[in-house]
Amino acid sequence: MEKSKSRKYMNPYLAGILLGLVVLAANFISGRGVGASGAIKSTIVAGVETIAPAHAAGNEFYDNFSKANDGKPIQNWLVFQMLGVIVGGFLSGVISRRLTWKVEHNPKIQSRTRLIFALLGGILFGLGSQLGRGCTSGSALSGMAVLSLGGFISMAAIFGTAFVLAYFFRKLWI
Amino acid sequence: MGPLAINEIISENTNFLLAFFIGIGFGFVLEQGGFSSSRKLAGVFYGYDTVVLKVFFTGAITAMLGLLFFSLFGWIDMDLVYVNETFLWSAIVGGVIMGAGFIMGGYCPGTSFCGAAIGKIDAMIFIIGLFIGIFFFGEAYDFFEPLFHAKDMGSPRISEFFGISEGILVLIVIVAAILMFWIGEWAEKKFPREEY
Repeated sequence: MEKSKSRKYMNPYLAGILLGLVVLAANFISGRGVGASGAIKSTIVAGVETIAPAHAAGNEFYDNFSKANDGKPIQNWLVFQMLGVIVGGFLSGVISRRLTWKVEHNPKIQSRTRLIFALLGGILFGLGSQLGRGCTSGSALSGMAVLSLGGFISMAAIFGTAFVLAYFFRKLWI
Repeated sequence: MGPLAINEIISENTNFLLAFFIGIGFGFVLEQGGFSSSRKLAGVFYGYDTVVLKVFFTGAITAMLGLLFFSLFGWIDMDLVYVNETFLWSAIVGGVIMGAGFIMGGYCPGTSFCGAAIGKIDAMIFIIGLFIGIFFFGEAYDFFEPLFHAKDMGSPRISEFFGISEGILVLIVIVAAILMFWIGEWAEKKFPREEY
Protein backbone atom coordinates (compact mmCIF):
# COMPACT_ATOMS: atom_id res chain seq x y z
CA MET A 1 0.00 0.00 0.00
CA GLU A 2 1.50 3.29 -1.10
CA LYS A 3 0.87 5.19 2.11
CA SER A 4 3.43 7.85 1.24
CA LYS A 5 1.81 8.65 -2.10
CA SER A 6 -1.77 8.91 -0.91
CA ARG A 7 -2.70 12.40 0.20
CA LYS A 8 -3.74 13.28 3.69
CA TYR A 9 -7.38 13.62 4.62
CA MET A 10 -9.10 16.97 4.75
CA ASN A 11 -9.21 18.89 8.03
CA PRO A 12 -12.20 17.31 9.82
CA TYR A 13 -13.79 20.61 10.79
CA LEU A 14 -13.58 21.86 7.21
CA ALA A 15 -15.01 18.55 5.98
CA GLY A 16 -17.80 18.96 8.54
CA ILE A 17 -18.67 22.42 7.28
CA LEU A 18 -18.80 21.16 3.70
CA LEU A 19 -20.93 18.20 4.82
CA GLY A 20 -23.31 20.62 6.52
CA LEU A 21 -23.54 22.67 3.32
CA VAL A 22 -24.46 19.52 1.39
CA VAL A 23 -27.29 18.80 3.84
CA LEU A 24 -28.36 22.45 3.64
CA ALA A 25 -28.40 22.27 -0.17
CA ALA A 26 -30.51 19.08 -0.07
CA ASN A 27 -33.06 20.80 2.16
CA PHE A 28 -33.10 24.00 0.11
CA ILE A 29 -33.39 22.22 -3.24
CA SER A 30 -35.47 19.16 -2.40
CA GLY A 31 -36.97 19.87 1.02
CA ARG A 32 -35.32 16.83 2.55
CA GLY A 33 -31.99 15.70 3.96
CA VAL A 34 -29.51 13.17 2.64
CA GLY A 35 -29.72 9.43 3.27
CA ALA A 36 -28.30 6.05 2.42
CA SER A 37 -30.28 3.06 3.71
CA GLY A 38 -33.43 4.24 1.91
CA ALA A 39 -31.75 3.71 -1.46
CA ILE A 40 -31.07 0.07 -0.59
CA LYS A 41 -34.67 -0.31 0.52
CA SER A 42 -35.79 1.06 -2.87
CA THR A 43 -33.61 -1.45 -4.66
CA ILE A 44 -34.91 -4.33 -2.56
CA VAL A 45 -38.56 -3.36 -3.01
CA ALA A 46 -38.04 -3.01 -6.77
CA GLY A 47 -36.24 -6.37 -6.84
CA VAL A 48 -38.94 -8.21 -4.88
CA GLU A 49 -41.67 -6.65 -7.05
CA THR A 50 -39.92 -7.82 -10.20
CA ILE A 51 -39.14 -11.34 -9.03
CA ALA A 52 -42.23 -12.07 -6.93
CA PRO A 53 -44.95 -9.48 -7.67
CA ALA A 54 -47.69 -11.33 -5.79
CA HIS A 55 -45.51 -11.68 -2.72
CA ALA A 56 -44.62 -7.97 -2.80
CA ALA A 57 -48.26 -6.95 -3.14
CA GLY A 58 -49.19 -9.08 -0.14
CA ASN A 59 -46.53 -7.59 2.12
CA GLU A 60 -47.34 -4.28 3.73
CA PHE A 61 -43.69 -3.17 3.92
CA TYR A 62 -43.05 -3.56 0.19
CA ASP A 63 -46.52 -2.50 -0.87
CA ASN A 64 -46.65 0.72 1.19
CA PHE A 65 -43.27 1.82 -0.06
CA SER A 66 -44.13 1.07 -3.65
CA LYS A 67 -47.41 2.99 -3.43
CA ALA A 68 -45.65 5.96 -1.82
CA ASN A 69 -43.38 6.00 -4.88
CA ASP A 70 -46.21 5.89 -7.46
CA GLY A 71 -45.52 2.21 -8.10
CA LYS A 72 -41.95 2.92 -9.20
CA PRO A 73 -39.89 2.13 -6.09
CA ILE A 74 -36.56 2.47 -7.88
CA GLN A 75 -37.34 5.97 -9.13
CA ASN A 76 -36.57 7.49 -5.79
CA TRP A 77 -34.62 10.60 -4.79
CA LEU A 78 -32.28 8.59 -2.57
CA VAL A 79 -31.39 6.15 -5.34
CA PHE A 80 -30.15 9.03 -7.52
CA GLN A 81 -28.38 10.55 -4.54
CA MET A 82 -26.61 7.27 -3.66
CA LEU A 83 -25.44 6.82 -7.25
CA GLY A 84 -23.90 10.26 -6.78
CA VAL A 85 -22.25 9.17 -3.52
CA ILE A 86 -20.49 6.33 -5.32
CA VAL A 87 -19.28 8.74 -8.04
CA GLY A 88 -18.27 11.39 -5.49
CA GLY A 89 -16.40 8.91 -3.29
CA PHE A 90 -14.64 7.50 -6.33
CA LEU A 91 -13.62 10.97 -7.60
CA SER A 92 -12.26 11.85 -4.18
CA GLY A 93 -10.30 8.58 -4.15
CA VAL A 94 -8.86 9.36 -7.59
CA ILE A 95 -7.83 12.89 -6.63
CA SER A 96 -6.26 11.80 -3.35
CA ARG A 97 -4.77 8.60 -4.83
CA ARG A 98 -6.56 6.25 -2.50
CA LEU A 99 -7.95 3.73 -4.99
CA THR A 100 -6.82 0.24 -3.97
CA TRP A 101 -8.50 -3.14 -3.71
CA LYS A 102 -8.07 -4.17 -0.13
CA VAL A 103 -9.62 -5.59 2.99
CA GLU A 104 -8.84 -2.97 5.57
CA HIS A 105 -8.32 -4.46 8.99
CA ASN A 106 -6.35 -4.33 12.19
CA PRO A 107 -3.10 -6.31 11.56
CA LYS A 108 -3.84 -8.29 14.73
CA ILE A 109 -6.83 -9.99 13.12
CA GLN A 110 -7.17 -11.94 9.88
CA SER A 111 -9.01 -10.49 6.92
CA ARG A 112 -11.47 -13.37 7.18
CA THR A 113 -12.44 -12.23 10.70
CA ARG A 114 -12.81 -8.67 9.44
CA LEU A 115 -15.08 -9.77 6.60
CA ILE A 116 -17.27 -11.92 8.86
CA PHE A 117 -17.82 -9.01 11.22
CA ALA A 118 -18.34 -6.60 8.32
CA LEU A 119 -21.13 -8.87 7.08
CA LEU A 120 -22.70 -9.22 10.54
CA GLY A 121 -22.41 -5.48 11.13
CA GLY A 122 -24.03 -4.75 7.79
CA ILE A 123 -26.93 -7.12 8.52
CA LEU A 124 -27.56 -5.46 11.90
CA PHE A 125 -27.20 -1.94 10.49
CA GLY A 126 -29.62 -2.75 7.69
CA LEU A 127 -32.19 -4.19 10.07
CA GLY A 128 -31.77 -1.34 12.56
CA SER A 129 -32.08 1.30 9.85
CA GLN A 130 -35.58 0.08 9.02
CA LEU A 131 -36.76 0.14 12.63
CA GLY A 132 -35.06 3.51 13.09
CA ARG A 133 -36.62 4.91 9.86
CA GLY A 134 -33.21 5.87 8.54
CA CYS A 135 -29.53 5.45 9.32
CA THR A 136 -26.75 7.74 10.47
CA SER A 137 -27.24 9.92 7.38
CA GLY A 138 -31.00 10.01 6.99
CA SER A 139 -32.15 9.82 10.56
CA ALA A 140 -29.29 11.09 12.74
CA LEU A 141 -27.51 13.74 10.62
CA SER A 142 -30.39 14.99 8.48
CA GLY A 143 -32.83 14.61 11.35
CA MET A 144 -30.65 16.70 13.63
CA ALA A 145 -30.30 19.36 10.92
CA VAL A 146 -34.06 19.99 11.00
CA LEU A 147 -34.07 19.60 14.81
CA SER A 148 -36.18 16.43 14.65
CA LEU A 149 -36.58 14.78 18.05
CA GLY A 150 -36.26 11.40 16.35
CA GLY A 151 -32.94 12.49 14.80
CA PHE A 152 -31.45 13.26 18.19
CA ILE A 153 -32.75 9.95 19.60
CA SER A 154 -31.24 8.00 16.68
CA MET A 155 -27.90 9.76 17.09
CA ALA A 156 -27.77 9.09 20.84
CA ALA A 157 -28.85 5.46 20.47
CA ILE A 158 -26.41 4.66 17.65
CA PHE A 159 -23.32 6.30 19.15
CA GLY A 160 -24.24 5.43 22.74
CA THR A 161 -24.62 1.73 21.95
CA ALA A 162 -21.42 1.61 19.92
CA PHE A 163 -19.54 3.21 22.84
CA VAL A 164 -21.03 0.73 25.33
CA LEU A 165 -20.17 -2.26 23.13
CA ALA A 166 -16.73 -0.94 22.12
CA TYR A 167 -15.01 -2.80 24.94
CA PHE A 168 -16.35 -6.19 23.81
CA PHE A 169 -15.23 -5.71 20.22
CA ARG A 170 -11.90 -4.02 20.98
CA LYS A 171 -9.87 -6.87 19.47
CA LEU A 172 -11.32 -6.00 16.06
CA TRP A 173 -9.94 -2.46 16.17
CA ILE A 174 -7.09 -1.98 18.68
CA MET B 1 -38.45 30.37 -2.47
CA GLY B 2 -37.11 27.10 -1.09
CA PRO B 3 -37.52 24.19 -1.00
CA LEU B 4 -37.28 24.48 -4.78
CA ALA B 5 -38.74 21.08 -5.64
CA ILE B 6 -41.72 21.37 -3.29
CA ASN B 7 -42.54 24.89 -4.50
CA GLU B 8 -42.36 23.47 -8.04
CA ILE B 9 -39.66 25.93 -9.07
CA ILE B 10 -37.81 22.92 -10.45
CA SER B 11 -39.38 19.84 -12.06
CA GLU B 12 -39.31 16.33 -10.63
CA ASN B 13 -36.69 15.24 -13.14
CA THR B 14 -34.48 18.23 -12.33
CA ASN B 15 -34.88 17.32 -8.68
CA PHE B 16 -33.64 13.78 -9.40
CA LEU B 17 -30.71 15.15 -11.39
CA LEU B 18 -29.80 17.50 -8.57
CA ALA B 19 -30.11 14.58 -6.11
CA PHE B 20 -27.34 12.94 -8.11
CA PHE B 21 -25.13 16.05 -7.78
CA ILE B 22 -25.93 16.40 -4.07
CA GLY B 23 -24.85 12.76 -3.75
CA ILE B 24 -21.57 13.53 -5.52
CA GLY B 25 -20.93 16.30 -3.00
CA PHE B 26 -21.93 14.02 -0.13
CA GLY B 27 -19.71 11.14 -1.23
CA PHE B 28 -16.80 13.43 -2.07
CA VAL B 29 -16.85 15.16 1.32
CA LEU B 30 -17.22 11.88 3.24
CA GLU B 31 -14.27 10.35 1.41
CA GLN B 32 -12.12 13.48 1.79
CA GLY B 33 -12.89 13.49 5.51
CA GLY B 34 -11.64 9.92 5.87
CA PHE B 35 -15.02 8.21 6.18
CA SER B 36 -14.04 5.59 3.61
CA SER B 37 -11.83 3.96 6.25
CA SER B 38 -13.47 1.71 8.84
CA ARG B 39 -10.43 1.96 11.09
CA LYS B 40 -10.70 5.74 11.16
CA LEU B 41 -14.45 5.54 11.79
CA ALA B 42 -14.12 3.03 14.62
CA GLY B 43 -11.38 5.17 16.16
CA VAL B 44 -13.93 7.43 17.80
CA PHE B 45 -15.04 4.57 20.05
CA TYR B 46 -11.48 4.00 21.32
CA GLY B 47 -10.29 7.61 21.27
CA TYR B 48 -7.42 7.19 18.82
CA ASP B 49 -9.20 9.02 15.98
CA THR B 50 -12.24 11.18 16.61
CA VAL B 51 -12.82 12.29 13.02
CA VAL B 52 -16.39 10.95 13.14
CA LEU B 53 -17.25 13.17 16.07
CA LYS B 54 -15.69 16.25 14.49
CA VAL B 55 -17.12 15.85 10.98
CA PHE B 56 -20.55 14.67 12.12
CA PHE B 57 -21.19 17.41 14.66
CA THR B 58 -19.62 20.20 12.59
CA GLY B 59 -21.86 19.03 9.75
CA ALA B 60 -24.99 18.91 11.90
CA ILE B 61 -24.33 22.38 13.36
CA THR B 62 -23.56 23.93 9.96
CA ALA B 63 -26.78 22.53 8.51
CA MET B 64 -28.83 23.60 11.53
CA LEU B 65 -27.45 27.14 11.47
CA GLY B 66 -27.80 27.34 7.70
CA LEU B 67 -31.46 26.35 7.85
CA LEU B 68 -32.06 28.76 10.71
CA PHE B 69 -30.57 31.64 8.70
CA PHE B 70 -32.28 30.64 5.45
CA SER B 71 -35.56 30.56 7.33
CA LEU B 72 -34.85 33.95 8.92
CA PHE B 73 -34.04 35.49 5.54
CA GLY B 74 -37.23 34.02 4.08
CA TRP B 75 -35.28 31.85 1.64
CA ILE B 76 -36.83 28.60 2.81
CA ASP B 77 -40.22 27.70 4.24
CA MET B 78 -39.37 25.29 7.05
CA ASP B 79 -42.98 24.09 7.17
CA LEU B 80 -42.42 22.48 3.77
CA VAL B 81 -39.20 20.74 4.78
CA TYR B 82 -39.43 17.09 5.75
CA VAL B 83 -39.04 16.53 9.48
CA ASN B 84 -38.37 12.92 10.41
CA GLU B 85 -41.18 11.15 12.22
CA THR B 86 -40.60 10.04 15.78
CA PHE B 87 -41.82 6.63 16.85
CA LEU B 88 -40.11 6.44 20.20
CA TRP B 89 -39.55 2.73 20.73
CA SER B 90 -38.56 1.77 17.22
CA ALA B 91 -36.18 4.77 17.11
CA ILE B 92 -34.44 3.57 20.27
CA VAL B 93 -34.38 -0.15 19.41
CA GLY B 94 -33.37 0.59 15.82
CA GLY B 95 -30.62 2.91 17.02
CA VAL B 96 -29.30 0.29 19.45
CA ILE B 97 -29.19 -2.35 16.70
CA MET B 98 -27.45 0.13 14.38
CA GLY B 99 -24.93 0.94 17.11
CA ALA B 100 -24.09 -2.76 17.43
CA GLY B 101 -23.75 -2.98 13.66
CA PHE B 102 -21.47 0.06 13.67
CA ILE B 103 -18.97 -1.32 16.18
CA MET B 104 -18.94 -4.76 14.54
CA GLY B 105 -18.87 -3.62 10.92
CA GLY B 106 -16.94 -0.37 11.24
CA TYR B 107 -19.17 1.41 8.74
CA CYS B 108 -22.59 2.95 8.49
CA PRO B 109 -24.54 2.68 5.21
CA GLY B 110 -23.39 5.98 3.66
CA THR B 111 -19.75 5.53 4.56
CA SER B 112 -19.71 1.91 3.37
CA PHE B 113 -20.59 3.11 -0.16
CA CYS B 114 -17.67 5.56 0.02
CA GLY B 115 -15.35 2.77 1.13
CA ALA B 116 -16.62 0.49 -1.62
CA ALA B 117 -16.18 3.31 -4.18
CA ILE B 118 -12.42 3.35 -3.53
CA GLY B 119 -12.08 -0.44 -3.52
CA LYS B 120 -12.50 -1.48 0.13
CA ILE B 121 -13.64 -5.10 0.01
CA ASP B 122 -14.78 -5.07 3.65
CA ALA B 123 -17.09 -2.17 2.76
CA MET B 124 -18.57 -4.19 -0.12
CA ILE B 125 -19.24 -7.11 2.22
CA PHE B 126 -20.85 -4.68 4.68
CA ILE B 127 -23.15 -3.50 1.86
CA ILE B 128 -24.16 -7.10 1.13
CA GLY B 129 -25.02 -7.32 4.84
CA LEU B 130 -27.17 -4.17 4.54
CA PHE B 131 -29.16 -5.78 1.74
CA ILE B 132 -29.65 -8.95 3.80
CA GLY B 133 -30.69 -6.97 6.89
CA ILE B 134 -33.22 -4.79 5.08
CA PHE B 135 -34.62 -7.76 3.14
CA PHE B 136 -34.94 -9.66 6.42
CA PHE B 137 -36.88 -6.75 7.92
CA GLY B 138 -39.20 -6.74 4.91
CA GLU B 139 -39.85 -10.47 5.11
CA ALA B 140 -40.33 -10.38 8.89
CA TYR B 141 -42.35 -7.15 8.77
CA ASP B 142 -45.38 -8.68 10.51
CA PHE B 143 -43.18 -9.54 13.47
CA PHE B 144 -41.64 -6.06 13.70
CA GLU B 145 -44.79 -4.10 12.86
CA PRO B 146 -46.12 -3.61 16.44
CA LEU B 147 -42.76 -2.21 17.56
CA PHE B 148 -42.39 -0.23 14.33
CA HIS B 149 -45.60 1.71 15.00
CA ALA B 150 -45.49 1.90 18.81
CA LYS B 151 -45.53 5.29 20.55
CA ASP B 152 -46.17 7.54 17.53
CA MET B 153 -45.17 11.06 18.56
CA GLY B 154 -45.71 12.68 15.17
CA SER B 155 -42.87 14.80 13.75
CA PRO B 156 -41.87 17.01 16.66
CA ARG B 157 -38.90 19.33 16.54
CA ILE B 158 -36.79 18.93 19.66
CA SER B 159 -37.15 22.66 20.38
CA GLU B 160 -40.96 22.31 20.41
CA PHE B 161 -40.68 19.21 22.54
CA PHE B 162 -38.73 21.06 25.23
CA GLY B 163 -40.64 24.30 24.68
CA ILE B 164 -37.60 26.43 23.87
CA SER B 165 -36.77 28.54 20.84
CA GLU B 166 -34.89 27.00 17.93
CA GLY B 167 -32.06 29.50 18.37
CA ILE B 168 -31.48 28.55 22.00
CA LEU B 169 -31.60 24.86 21.13
CA VAL B 170 -28.99 25.27 18.39
CA LEU B 171 -26.83 27.27 20.80
CA ILE B 172 -27.00 24.41 23.32
CA VAL B 173 -26.01 21.92 20.62
CA ILE B 174 -23.08 24.14 19.60
CA VAL B 175 -21.83 24.43 23.18
CA ALA B 176 -22.18 20.66 23.65
CA ALA B 177 -20.31 20.05 20.38
CA ILE B 178 -17.44 22.35 21.38
CA LEU B 179 -17.10 20.42 24.64
CA MET B 180 -17.05 17.14 22.71
CA PHE B 181 -14.47 18.50 20.23
CA TRP B 182 -12.30 19.43 23.17
CA ILE B 183 -12.65 15.92 24.67
CA GLY B 184 -11.95 14.46 21.22
CA GLU B 185 -8.73 16.43 20.76
CA TRP B 186 -7.66 15.37 24.26
CA ALA B 187 -8.49 11.69 23.56
CA GLU B 188 -6.40 11.65 20.39
CA LYS B 189 -3.37 12.72 22.41
CA LYS B 190 -4.16 10.33 25.24
CA PHE B 191 -4.73 7.23 23.06
CA PRO B 192 -2.45 7.80 20.09
CA ARG B 193 -1.98 5.24 17.32
CA GLU B 194 0.72 5.52 14.73
CA GLU B 195 -0.33 3.80 11.51
CA TYR B 196 -3.73 2.43 10.77
